[in-house]
Amino acid sequence: MVDAPRPGSWTVGTVSSTHPETPSGRSIWIDVPGWPGNIAGQHVDVRLTAPDGYQASRSYSLASSGPEPRLQLAVDKLPDGEVSPYLVDEIQPGDMLELRGPLGGWFVWKEEQTAPVQLVAGGSGVVPLVAMIRAHAASGSTAAMQLLYSVRSPEDRFFADELGALDNVTYAYTRSGPTDAVIGRLTKERLEAAVLPVGASVFVCGPTGFVEAVASWLVDLGHDAGLIKTERFGGA
Amino acid sequence: MSIFTRGFSGRGRENNPALPPGQYLTEDFPVLSAGPTPNIHLDSWQFTITTETGVVHKWSWDELMALPSEDIHTDIHCVTRWSKLGTTWRGVSLDTLFEGVETDYNYVMEHSYGGYTTNAPYEDLRDGKAWIAHTFEGKPLDPEHGGPARLLVPHLYFWKSAKWITGLTMMKNDDPGFWEQNGYHIYGDPWKEQRYW
Ligand SMILES: Cc1cc2nc3c(=O)[nH]c(=O)nc-3n(C[C@H](O)[C@H](O)[C@H](O)COP(=O)(O)OP(=O)(O)OC[C@H]3O[C@@H](n4cnc5c(N)ncnc54)[C@H](O)[C@@H]3O)c2cc1C
Repeated sequence: MVDAPRPGSWTVGTVSSTHPETPSGRSIWIDVPGWPGNIAGQHVDVRLTAPDGYQASRSYSLASSGPEPRLQLAVDKLPDGEVSPYLVDEIQPGDMLELRGPLGGWFVWKEEQTAPVQLVAGGSGVVPLVAMIRAHAASGSTAAMQLLYSVRSPEDRFFADELGALDNVTYAYTRSGPTDAVIGRLTKERLEAAVLPVGASVFVCGPTGFVEAVASWLVDLGHDAGLIKTERFGGA
Repeated sequence: MSIFTRGFSGRGRENNPALPPGQYLTEDFPVLSAGPTPNIHLDSWQFTITTETGVVHKWSWDELMALPSEDIHTDIHCVTRWSKLGTTWRGVSLDTLFEGVETDYNYVMEHSYGGYTTNAPYEDLRDGKAWIAHTFEGKPLDPEHGGPARLLVPHLYFWKSAKWITGLTMMKNDDPGFWEQNGYHIYGDPWKEQRYW
């Protein structure tokens, strides 16, 4: 595996392909020559520049990890957003954008971490956790790792085929889902039933409110706050 | 080098001189922290300043509240690129808390409940530049935003305004805190875009 490289300055990436993931989200692969490699869980800053020089930057997690200079992002569109609608609806192969990273040395999973791992995702918060699932599988690690994925409906699942082929993923549908499933926002009780027992290392990622709720329930359930790592994507 | 992004025009031109480079305005109050929000009780809350001689200056919640508080009107800038203009806080100036403190050291480590730390030069915390803030927009500060009390150092990126503050330790050198070891800039001036090292 790679060590955390220093993020440095902006570098240009070229979109190589895109793939719809959900009705409102898609994956984007970006070639970044000279990419120093990244650890599962890290993110990049993406900067867009309009013809008049106006710039907007946002952070996006990487679904990819390791030395490959081809990065995978997966972006969910906020209807009134500035950057995410462009990335989901507009950008095409061949387009260039600027990136800086990899960023974040805390919300990461490395194969030398041997504790059992519980991942908890809300919506597009699954992106850095998928990087961890992939890195875990590639490393042959024997540490247990499982994912609880809270998402509006089955159609809204990112990486649906890939995760669907795994047996260590539990879904919590908040709006609609299979008739035999419990539908509705996650509760402390459902969380407790779905996660690994106290002692596991836990990664929680998603909208800020989701992360706040899950992290405080975990502490209530007896999980050590020092073993819970969180990444908040923003919003309420 | 900068490139154009085909088809991107951006939303509003935030031609606002109060906005540091690379920041955008938000009306919300987003949250940045690395772990769960700690649950802190006021009756056991304490704030300490520890100097190089090992002297510990200590305040309970009631003692803090007995000190004069000031209103602070300020803009805040988060490293994750949002800025919030014209916020109103109430808090106790660090000048007041440092009054009886003797130290020759020039750097400070800020300690939070939950174990997080961030570093700052002592001079950035003096002369009306920093407070222990306990009130935001007229209401007790939410735990999510660092309540019961957080440090407020608004001229630096907001992670330097340690949430859930419980102590300051004087340091000889500018040792990196938790956030800085995890990639954030050692100083964090928003006007110079000192986000990451
Ligand atoms: C470390 C990090 C990693 C991230 N990784 C991803 C990722 O992998 N995939 C992804 O899709 N997004 C990710 N995000 C969120 C992303 O950076 C943007 O915030 C998001 O795409 C919205 O940007 P925008 O310009 O479209 O919306 P903006 O124009 O910035 O915001 C429009 C409105 O939506 C609100 N808002 C902002 N963010 C959110 C949110 N997440 N949920 C709900 N409301 C919000 C704003 O406050 C505002 O009112 C990540 C954020 C962080 C901090």
